[in-house]
Amino acid sequence: MSDSESDDAGKTSEPVTLLRAPVSLDYEYSAGQSASRFLRAIEQGKLLGQRCPVDGRVYFPSRGSCPQHAVTFGDEVVELSDKGTLVTFSIVRIPSENIPLELPYITANVLLDGSDTILMHVLDASLDDVHMGMRVQAVWKPKEEWTTSTANIMYFRPIDEPDADYESYKEHI
Amino acid sequence: MAELTAVVGIGQTKYEAKRLDKSMPGLLREAAEKALADADCTWADIDAVIVGKAPDLFEGVMMPELFLNDALGGAYKPMLRVHTAGSVGGSTGVVAASMVQSGVHDRVLCVAYEKQSESNAIWALSISVPFSLATVAGAGGYFAPLVRGYIRRSGAPDDTGIRVAVKDRQNALLNPLAHLRLEDISFDLVANSPMLWDPIRYLETCPSSDGACALVMEKESLASQRSNEVAWIHATEMKSEPTMFSGRDQVMPQATLDNAKNLYKKAGITNPRKEIDCAEIYVPFSWFEPMWMEGMLITEPNEGWKMTYEGATALDGDFPVNMSGGVLSSNPIGASGLIRFAEAARQVRGLAEAHQVDGAKKALGHAYGGGSQYFSTWIVSSEKP
Amino acid sequence: MRDVAVVGFAQSESVRREPDRNEVEILIPVIQALREQTGLSGPDCDFICSGSSDYLAGQSFAFISGLDAVGAWPPVAESHVEMDGAWALYEAWVKIQMGYADTALVYGFGKPSMGDLPLTMALQLDPYTMMPLWPDAISIAALQARHCLDADILTPERMAAVAVRDRRHAKDNPTAQVKGDWTIEEILAEDFIANPLRKSDCAPISDGASAVLLAAGDRASEICDRPAWIRGIEHICEPMDLGVRDLGRSRSTQIAAEKAGVGSGKIDIAELSAPFTHQTILVEEALGLDAETIVNPSGGALAGNPLMAVGLSRIGEAASRISDGQADRAVAHATSGPCLQQNLVCVLEGN
Repeated sequence: MSDSESDDAGKTSEPVTLLRAPVSLDYEYSAGQSASRFLRAIEQGKLLGQRCPVDGRVYFPSRGSCPQHAVTFGDEVVELSDKGTLVTFSIVRIPSENIPLELPYITANVLLDGSDTILMHVLDASLDDVHMGMRVQAVWKPKEEWTTSTANIMYFRPIDEPDADYESYKEHI
Repeated sequence: MAELTAVVGIGQTKYEAKRLDKSMPGLLREAAEKALADADCTWADIDAVIVGKAPDLFEGVMMPELFLNDALGGAYKPMLRVHTAGSVGGSTGVVAASMVQSGVHDRVLCVAYEKQSESNAIWALSISVPFSLATVAGAGGYFAPLVRGYIRRSGAPDDTGIRVAVKDRQNALLNPLAHLRLEDISFDLVANSPMLWDPIRYLETCPSSDGACALVMEKESLASQRSNEVAWIHATEMKSEPTMFSGRDQVMPQATLDNAKNLYKKAGITNPRKEIDCAEIYVPFSWFEPMWMEGMLITEPNEGWKMTYEGATALDGDFPVNMSGGVLSSNPIGASGLIRFAEAARQVRGLAEAHQVDGAKKALGHAYGGGSQYFSTWIVSSEKP
Repeated sequence: MRDVAVVGFAQSESVRREPDRNEVEILIPVIQALREQTGLSGPDCDFICSGSSDYLAGQSFAFISGLDAVGAWPPVAESHVEMDGAWALYEAWVKIQMGYADTALVYGFGKPSMGDLPLTMALQLDPYTMMPLWPDAISIAALQARHCLDADILTPERMAAVAVRDRRHAKDNPTAQVKGDWTIEEILAEDFIANPLRKSDCAPISDGASAVLLAAGDRASEICDRPAWIRGIEHICEPMDLGVRDLGRSRSTQIAAEKAGVGSGKIDIAELSAPFTHQTILVEEALGLDAETIVNPSGGALAGNPLMAVGLSRIGEAASRISDGQADRAVAHATSGPCLQQNLVCVLEGN
């Protein structure tokens, strides 16, 4: 957007058709009580899921409540491994901030072992090899850089295990 | 119990990347004035105004119906603002219709719009919430893995999406209001366009557009007196489900299946593929055409891609889809759902000009939003139910 | 027209700041409380509608997470307005009128403490001519208060008396945020925050949520012993520009009140959403209330103002006083936009 044109002081040659009005607002976010517990755990390198009290399914990451049953998670936590299955993926070829990989990169829908929900993350793998059902594992940032964020995991990498059977993960797509 | 209601006026703006020639009020009035003229009404004939649009951050105005009140003829009248994510245009149509169907108002104006050039939609869509890693670049990045899931599930050929894009873009050449009109559209042009989020290519993706769409709806006793064609609203439906829960089927959500079942039941439709003459379906990425053909129970599970392949969804096919060019050709996000509803109404009124389906009497309008979790639909017809 | 009633109401405590809970965590106990009252959860209802604002949450699509508090499974018929929950209730009421639904769950929520509320509200103003000046919401309201004082419509004492009355009432409301005994003199001794408005003339900033259950006809009587029947519900919006409307009265409230039939009977209680003392007086006058009506028995918005839920809560507070026999006829009011630009009036009866 541009400013209006002006020739002499106070005299405009063109009508004003555009106006630039920057908006800047600060917000303070709360993760919430239950999510905070999960975030403090990830700060220590632990992946903690929570169990829905109604159907026992494990949610990771946790937002504090089960969206299907609208109940808050109790205190029970489940520690998960950082290995999992690549349920589905996409190869991204347009740039975005905050992603530590060069273009093109692979977005990964990962089902961690022990979890019943998907973690959305990125995968460092060959574009020709990547396929649904691959077994993958988290690659973490150096410990001293850990904070309360899933970004402590830089990306996932394929590991040398046989692919998971489609039937075992197809309900998570 | 519901009062029979008709769409009696339709207005759409020219859709473009940036409508720098008009302010927000000006853009909306362009659509609204066309709808009023089509309905042979003035602003004074409207009882209430229902506005719909997507997140306020797209224009940088909080609750814009407030400042738009007088521009939309809403001074000292009831005004409502609907926001249901991407399906909002459709929901706005459903809510506006309910105002007449309930007997509360005789005639209403509904307007849905987006002037996303005034803010930065990409920024607004990807404000990163603290404590998490942003991995998804845009809506396409969210849906591409699901498209992959559909391909795996259905065995659809890889070029199904390309065929949808070619068809919709050819249709857009017949619609002078469409944003993207590519004279040299061809299979190769789409196939060779850059891959954005595998398997979705650039030309299989919707644009970002400014635009507005307006409808005038009125009750039966008024609509019946008109000599020109109106579109009777046979049924509307809205269904939602949570964004995420363990085991959620995001490729074929239960909400779309339930929406379709209920909609057809209310409209007295038992064989949608045969009884519906054409459809305007919310397809922002080409693969959603086959997916929603299944999601709206037009065809069997895993067979949606066949309709594209057979040419069934082409303008001259047995079930034309997105005759206007669809969301792939014009996408002012808040308006896109209402545009689908409006184009369905245009078809059954016989007013779709170059992209008219001959003899169309009954049409489906469809919108979806969020993480494939909100679905708003309607059935309109040239005949009363 | 079908008979529709409020058959349940629940709200969270209005607090200056909810530091630890996100919106869903605030909403879940409210929805659960409503379920305990009525026996109905979200998916049991024929229609669900909510009100919230993206700009209060600082995110696009902020309302989507609200659905997680409802448990939308199996899929539900659901809609949302970017307005106070009172308008979501209106949309649900219409849905019942057209025969689509017999029951509806309505909720509203907001955490305005997350941002700078008076500044955020500047984004409601005309983006081309007013917003770029960033006038905060309190200053805008102060313009109206100044006009009312200069035109002898109000006096500072009358304004202070509203705050005294509402906060005294709020002592009986466990969810109210600002409550206690003040005197007019104490308030008039306060410094102005935006002359002529003092801190006590302004509603607090509050985080909170509320939910209401609507039911039609016999269904209502099955759920609640004494339903609060909606006898009239109307809403009217004025143009925004402060120079084209009469700031000395609330014309839209008056029109809505007439259409809703406020004047056709005695009003026992009135619950008003006006967030400033002078506006409360203007709304009382527009509604045509007489001296017998008890205004803001809950304390009203001046005692707790969780935006996007506050209007819905006024309907709930009025309805619950009908249901428990304290009142036979009530009016509830919701407002939106600068200087009472848009207003909703709801008349409720116990018989």
